[in-house]
Amino acid sequence: MDSKANLPAETSTKSISGAEIVIRCLNEEKVKFVFGYPGGAVLHIYDAIYKQNGFKHILVRHEQAAVHAADAFSRATGEVGVALVTSGPGATNAITGIATAYMDSIPLVVISGQVPVPAIGMDAFQEVDMVGITRPCVKHNFLVKDVKDIASTMKKAFYIARTGRPGPVVVDIPKDITAHLTDFAYPKTVEMRSYSPVVKGHSGQIKKAVKMLLEAKRPMIYTGGGLVLGDGAEELIKLARALNYPVTNTLMGLGGFPATDKQFVGMLGMHGTYEANMAMQNCDVLLAVGARFDDRVIGNPAHFGGVKRTIIHIDVDPSSISKRVKVDVPIVGHVQSVLAEMNEILAQEKPQTNISDWWKQIGEWRLVHGGRYEQSSTIIKPQYVIEKLWEVTKGDAYVTSDVGQHQMWAAQYYKFDKPRRWINSGGLGTMGVGLPYAMGCQFADKNAQVACVTGEGSIQMNIQELSTCAQYHLPIKVILLNNRYLGMVRQWQEFFYEDRYSESYMDSLPDFVKLAESYGHIGMQITQPSDVEGALIEAFAKKDKFVFMDFITEQKENVFPMVENGKGLSEMELPKAKGAKQ
Amino acid sequence: MKHIISLLMENEAGALSRVAGLFSARGYNIESLTVAITEDPTLSRMTLVTTGSEDVIEQIIKQLNKLIDVVKVLDLNDGKHIERELMLVKVKASGVFKDEMKRMCDIFRGRIIDVADNSYTIELTGSCSKLDAFIEAIDKTAILETVRTGASGIGRGDRILKV
Ligand SMILES: Cc1ncc(C[n+]2csc(CCOP(=O)(O)OP(=O)(O)O)c2C)c(N)n1
Repeated sequence: MDSKANLPAETSTKSISGAEIVIRCLNEEKVKFVFGYPGGAVLHIYDAIYKQNGFKHILVRHEQAAVHAADAFSRATGEVGVALVTSGPGATNAITGIATAYMDSIPLVVISGQVPVPAIGMDAFQEVDMVGITRPCVKHNFLVKDVKDIASTMKKAFYIARTGRPGPVVVDIPKDITAHLTDFAYPKTVEMRSYSPVVKGHSGQIKKAVKMLLEAKRPMIYTGGGLVLGDGAEELIKLARALNYPVTNTLMGLGGFPATDKQFVGMLGMHGTYEANMAMQNCDVLLAVGARFDDRVIGNPAHFGGVKRTIIHIDVDPSSISKRVKVDVPIVGHVQSVLAEMNEILAQEKPQTNISDWWKQIGEWRLVHGGRYEQSSTIIKPQYVIEKLWEVTKGDAYVTSDVGQHQMWAAQYYKFDKPRRWINSGGLGTMGVGLPYAMGCQFADKNAQVACVTGEGSIQMNIQELSTCAQYHLPIKVILLNNRYLGMVRQWQEFFYEDRYSESYMDSLPDFVKLAESYGHIGMQITQPSDVEGALIEAFAKKDKFVFMDFITEQKENVFPMVENGKGLSEMELPKAKGAKQ
Repeated sequence: MKHIISLLMENEAGALSRVAGLFSARGYNIESLTVAITEDPTLSRMTLVTTGSEDVIEQIIKQLNKLIDVVKVLDLNDGKHIERELMLVKVKASGVFKDEMKRMCDIFRGRIIDVADNSYTIELTGSCSKLDAFIEAIDKTAILETVRTGASGIGRGDRILKV
């Protein structure tokens, strides 16, 4: 996109309005899409949008979806996502989206309108203290009180959002400020004495880490969302292959290492594979990259810490290191640059690692569960749908998910070979992200296959976006694993509350086929296991159509393996062996 | 253990609430917090007194450093430092208390800065524990009102917190 050609007719020496300045800043940042929803406080900005063509504005149906879509656009592309909302209710509707992005460290700039400066604090119509409300769930936020500060603030906002540990930044702009006039000049660089994120890791520490890795008898590489966001996957693959060490990914880190690679032992954590969790627990040297040892990953930290092992931890955020687990070799730096430096050392050392006993042990663990589930010829198993989805899309789709059992099955059974393909809310666990996430991915890559794996509970939390998908002709495929339960809640009630299914049954569901059709989409309902593959092939063949696939699945299927809350990683619950598949 | 943490931050609206919000959101203790502008009007200096295990203090320092408005953080307990707090105490000064309060004030090297018919206001500076000791030492029934500023701290000698 040629940004110069998109500038308004005015030259930069002539005074322009704050609203036009906002647009010019977005053009300078080469923003392609702004996801938003208009309202009183942002009318000047919307008027300026009307007169520009530098970026495309996407009109969602709810501000939460605007932020989620911008978030997914960022996850898929690595660029900063941008959302625009009005003051008051527009701003509060955006909060869930902002908090979701914050928990997963996604770079966003969210522009919110505010009541005019003289009205601030007067309980004005549609006034809410956006800076106050968002403070705990943003990397930083700004209230702009002078039109002269818009450009420098926008520059800082993009810089802060994308550097260091990324995160959402809110820029709150009062309406009168967007009408005031001033000259426009976009700063070329930003200097902030209070913010200078570390890039290069400490060379001494890096050397020490490589030495420890080479001495390992039972090594393990554990990578998280930070590896994906830091674009470090390529360097990690190089490192892992040079060493021939096992690799596991967190839920957020899937795709950071190719899932079809023989060195991959699967996802770890609460619903991780048996082999990944056992190897994590029993390794003697652990290399953690862009991961944070959170509660859903290592279970009980005391149980995890009960075994002696050496931990090397690479992360761009020093506060992630030694937060839940004591680390022996901390390396603060950008994951890509640190891994590249490790690879340089390894290239000189030409390591001859031999860990065949460890691989043999891992091989035995692989046989214990191995992703088996009980197949059926009469009722659709949710795991089977995901396996077929992987086959039909040749493992190359963007897969977004909502939150619940379907999310875990998608993570377990879709083998992600590339980073930035698996888009889900790992940190906040926000039901309702799936459909707006799929929109963000489809805008990021208009020819890509995009699948939204969801549950009938989650999809209804942002179902209004079916309308947005129609307006912009997004050929998303919704894969609804319809079990008529808030499945994940039901599973916990089965395990921990003696089958008392309190408010977890989903009654009065819409006819999803008709609902989809009412928006001009294609709807399909699939009830037979034998129809699953054919239906998927048919749906994905419709390259320019949105298809809503309602799979009626086994109602009480459970997600296994499972590490119960408070238990240790090696204390997994496995399904009771019946005539299991494979 | 008790730690005195000094920090320099941008003198911007809302900077104080970011620090206070961090402490409440993450469940850290604040025993006292003082903040005022420095000789450079773009910077404020804050002194925070907190308690916690070494791990918690390490996290507090890291989390403070992460705040965008925070320019520099120093844990004064990492080296030699001086700590001072100011307290104003209004005490009864009638009957038996009249001489007693004057005597205690002298022992603690305080100053009586206001005298009314039945009360004195005593000004006292020193470490937090000295101020605690004064409160312990005088008769509780004599105390009418107290106000403390919270601790300020500075490193000894060459230990300087500056940008
Ligand atoms: C906004 C929100 N509300 C509540 C929850 C708690 N929760 C987690 S999973 C789940 C059930 C999800 O049900 P569904 O979308 O049907 O998926 P399933 O588990 O059946 O696959 C609930 C209610 C949540 N994660 N997010």
